[in-house]
Amino acid sequence: MNDVAAALAARTAQDYKSSYKPIWCPGCGDYSVLSATTKALAKLGLSPEEVVVVSGIGCSSRIPAYTRCYGFHGVHGRSLAAATGLKVARPDLTVLVASGDGDGYSIGGNHFLHACRRNVDLTYVVMDNHVYGMTKGQPSPTTEPDWDSRLAPGGTGLRVFHPLVIALAAGAGFIARGFSGDPNGCAELLAQAIDHRGFSFVEILSPCVTFRPEQREWKERVRPAPVAATSDPARAARRLMTDDGFNLGVLYVADRPTAQAGARAATAAPDDLVREFER
Amino acid sequence: MRVAVDEREARPAASATASPAPIRSWSVAIAGSGGAGVMTAGTLLLEAAARAGRYGLMVRSSGPQIRGGEAAALVRLASVPVESLDDTFDLLVAIDWRNVGRFADEIVLAPSSIVVGDADEGEVPDIFAASGARSVPLPLKRMAREMPGSWINMLALGLAGALGRLPLAALESAVRASWHRGDDALAANLAALSGGYAAAAGLGGASQPSEATPLAPARGRRWLVSGNEAAGFGAVRGGVRFVAAYPITPATELLEWMAPALAKVGGALVQAEDELASINMIVGASYGGVPSLTATAGPGLSLMAEGIGLAVAAEVPVVVVDVMRGGPSTGIPAKSEQSDLSFAVGGLHGDAPRIVVAPTSIADCAATTQWAVHLAEALQTPAIVLSDQFLGQARAIIDAPPLPDGVARRVTAPANDPDYRRYRDTPSGVSPMAIPGTPGTVYTADGLEHTESGIPSSQGRDHRMQLDKRSRKLASYDYGPRWASVEGSGAYAVIAFGSAVGPVREALMRVRAAGLDARLVALRLIAPIDAAALAHALDGVSRILVVEQNYGAQLYRYLRAYADLPGRTESFHRPGPLPLRPGEIVQAIREWSAR
Repeated sequence: MNDVAAALAARTAQDYKSSYKPIWCPGCGDYSVLSATTKALAKLGLSPEEVVVVSGIGCSSRIPAYTRCYGFHGVHGRSLAAATGLKVARPDLTVLVASGDGDGYSIGGNHFLHACRRNVDLTYVVMDNHVYGMTKGQPSPTTEPDWDSRLAPGGTGLRVFHPLVIALAAGAGFIARGFSGDPNGCAELLAQAIDHRGFSFVEILSPCVTFRPEQREWKERVRPAPVAATSDPARAARRLMTDDGFNLGVLYVADRPTAQAGARAATAAPDDLVREFER
Repeated sequence: MRVAVDEREARPAASATASPAPIRSWSVAIAGSGGAGVMTAGTLLLEAAARAGRYGLMVRSSGPQIRGGEAAALVRLASVPVESLDDTFDLLVAIDWRNVGRFADEIVLAPSSIVVGDADEGEVPDIFAASGARSVPLPLKRMAREMPGSWINMLALGLAGALGRLPLAALESAVRASWHRGDDALAANLAALSGGYAAAAGLGGASQPSEATPLAPARGRRWLVSGNEAAGFGAVRGGVRFVAAYPITPATELLEWMAPALAKVGGALVQAEDELASINMIVGASYGGVPSLTATAGPGLSLMAEGIGLAVAAEVPVVVVDVMRGGPSTGIPAKSEQSDLSFAVGGLHGDAPRIVVAPTSIADCAATTQWAVHLAEALQTPAIVLSDQFLGQARAIIDAPPLPDGVARRVTAPANDPDYRRYRDTPSGVSPMAIPGTPGTVYTADGLEHTESGIPSSQGRDHRMQLDKRSRKLASYDYGPRWASVEGSGAYAVIAFGSAVGPVREALMRVRAAGLDARLVALRLIAPIDAAALAHALDGVSRILVVEQNYGAQLYRYLRAYADLPGRTESFHRPGPLPLRPGEIVQAIREWSAR
């Protein structure tokens, strides 16, 4: 074993954790997502300084500062845009994007569609708890229509947003679902997602025990998907449309060309450009 | 409260001024229905003028239709550089009259003007005939028909070129250089060009300078360029290697110029899904260490406000070029107005210091955009470049501008600093930025208020420290002599920015020729206002006139709020869509100086 390999082998999840104490509620699923993320990075042996964790606003979006990677905690809903700019400008970096169901599917919904179709090499992790937690309990796009809240008494009456189906329709090439109660399974999904070339989408069911205590029962409902991932979008669409939201694992993988260029070499100096103006 | 002087809205002068005009020039409007090729004719006329060693300017004007609407190419030729349209046109060539009357406000004629129209296409509209201009009917359509394969716009080009006293060889050379079709069609259209040129004989010229001009200056001493292209070039020269943007009139050409240019210099452009994405993409790219830019117009700038605030708080350098157009809301997309100034200097929530600069001419779009990149990088803050539709979309033959040094220089952090704090409270307010990939300095950039280390904090002490730091870095920076162009002397001063500078400069030439001494302060650095430099430039001044193209006197109010102006300050302002002309400013200066 050479020195580099030895150094890689020596990495543990602890190497990717910062010293800051998370401000999440006790029992929040996001602790496990943090743990799964650091485990996945350790498993891949990535140098912490070569990894950037980008996020928007919400409980989930607190994650960057809890890692010992570079972090970018931007504005609400725009994490995919910031991450896209970063990855296109710096293709050498590994870019993870952390979001939640409000940040990612509501205010950031448009960017979700276009990140899927643009297929830039990002790993997009959405911690879905079917509620706005940071603003203390409002319905999100994935909240059940009859869920009662002060902002929407009696429920919204709206059908839920189906992020995996949307991702497939918009052109994502890697679609997976994890459950925060299974951090090792999530770590495995995240490692595969990071390895996938192109945009990868990992939805992680991450209970909000404060505003949705009934989600503690999710651990009884989740199960590994009964069949392996498909690369056929029609078959994937059928599976995603008909599953109950609790099948875990990689559900769809396809190889699509990525819009992202590799490292680009200059063929002209800036001052050469002036020739087209000259008369 | 209504203050008579301050609130009075200036109105454009409808007729030409009687002032002496130190710039002798010749102006033509080529108009017709969309598809008639008037823009091609105007572009080729300007190209031919460049090849003939002349200076000139072309403004495109068209109705809101994408295809088939009315269109006019407004071209001014001179033997010295010109920065604005003149007050009147010496020649109007109408390929047809359909809807051309809609340009009556823009194409102002004088009794000495000539109107050439095709009598077979109808009479000269009353609105033009009323000017007293001499009407010369020419059967353009029939003439073109006699030369199969030729186009009427080539006849118009020949006619305009002859009356503008360009050599036929320069016109032919411009046509050949742009030709993308077959040789037969080229021959037919060169014949039409000559036919138009010959038809001009006997029509009589206008106030065209008669001195001989060189056929071709040494290549490279002049540019034929639009402000949008010049701004793109300045950006690349300043070090920009990533652009994300959403198409919007009148900024799109800047992006279309940059897309291939960036590919050549090793950069990239991403067409974003909206302006919210644009601004956040460039903040992300610049966080990654790559100087980044977006270009937009007012509606896009409004959408970007939150992202620009993020760049302020997270201290990420970005450049936002706002090519201003008529507002508010969708406003008048293809016409110029300087009405985004208030938003640019004050339109972010929180106390959010930012740089705002404005180019003073088409040529200056290059240097000022380059300067904006330099300032953004040096100060780790957003810089807004206030260009406008006139500067951006007009094309001009200019002397190749001096190109400043000043490639982006960002203070970055060395690796493995055990005490690294991204937002360290330094004396200058600028703290070294760790670029991802650098070992031992990981941190999280944050739009939340934060400690020196970047950890979110709602403590008053941290908030105060970071507010002070972000304010201090802009306030204590030495902006040098580029903050403004100060020209002339005297107890009277005119202050202007952006596309108002050109007509103001020409108006001042005229009033100086008439004996009124006045100085010009053409502001480049709008925010932060350099109050000390401004006071120095206005030393000895007793009367100030602030000239701008908007309804609300935005620059005037801004200066009154942030600078101690000597003497009495008044405002001349009017909204778009008509560009400011020297004559109306001469009139305003006369009235102002006589009060």
